[in-house]
Amino acid sequence: MSDLLRELEAEQLRQDIPDFAPGDTIRVLYRVREGEKERIQPFEGVCIARRGGGTGETFMVRKISSGIGVERVFPVHAPTVKGVEVVRKGRVRRAKLYYLRGLKGKAARIQEKRTR
Amino acid sequence: MAGLIGRKVGMTRVFNEDGLAVPVTVVEAGPCSVVQVKTEETDGYRAVQLGFGARKAKHSTKAEVGHALRADLEAAPAILREFAPAESREYEPGQSITVEIFEVGESVKVTGTSKGRGFQGAMKRHGFAGRPGSHGHPKSRIPGSMGPGTDPSRVIKGKKLPGQMGNVRTTVRNLQVVKVDPERNLLFLKGGIPGSRNSYVLITK
Repeated sequence: MSDLLRELEAEQLRQDIPDFAPGDTIRVLYRVREGEKERIQPFEGVCIARRGGGTGETFMVRKISSGIGVERVFPVHAPTVKGVEVVRKGRVRRAKLYYLRGLKGKAARIQEKRTR
Repeated sequence: MAGLIGRKVGMTRVFNEDGLAVPVTVVEAGPCSVVQVKTEETDGYRAVQLGFGARKAKHSTKAEVGHALRADLEAAPAILREFAPAESREYEPGQSITVEIFEVGESVKVTGTSKGRGFQGAMKRHGFAGRPGSHGHPKSRIPGSMGPGTDPSRVIKGKKLPGQMGNVRTTVRNLQVVKVDPERNLLFLKGGIPGSRNSYVLITK
């Protein structure tokens, strides 16, 4: 990628998104448009993956909604994401937590990350 | 008509008002200087010759430098191209044309040289289906039948066969202008354009 392109992308990157990593429990405030009205729809769950770079970076959030696993992919830098709140930091040993799909209940818990 | 000469910078994405990601190609377009104005009287047809970039003196011939000098340019442009003049505009040598001639939302045409793929088979070049890869088929990427047999007992002209793919002049029409950046001379066009990065392209209305 040329320097100019990187520069153009850097202008679009959002600085207000907090640092979060796979394993963290996060709350995504997503703007939903219903006709004329705009509404904020929160989506809270475990971030199980982050991929891509620059303006194209996305992250995947998994939650259990009435007993059914739901996963959503959000772009990190899109204006449709109003904000991200980190609810809880998790301690995990890999970058992609797809193994959580096969686990449920107690087994799907993630240990809290302790910072000293 | 009228247009600009540009250099392809590359592709990225921008977010629109609805928050959707729009794929864009960034083109460094202009500023182009009018090098020569061709008229009905002197040349038999009307055209504007535009120049883009600058060629080092040691790489340009005296003729090129001399031609540029008539438009008060210090160096010979790296590339010269003719455009049909816009009806509503007067042109004179030495005048500079910038990306400001384009507006957001307008659709434009981009001409360039497509990426060369070399000598390619019928599957890659024309999208032929090929043959099964297994179950006793010895060759799987062959073009297949050449057409009817005894009558006409020749291959019809224009039959799609393997050959050179790419590296030809290609035009993409109806590309939407997403953003214009006059400060950096950048044009953001929705979708892809022919050629590799850093290749020259012509943008016309």
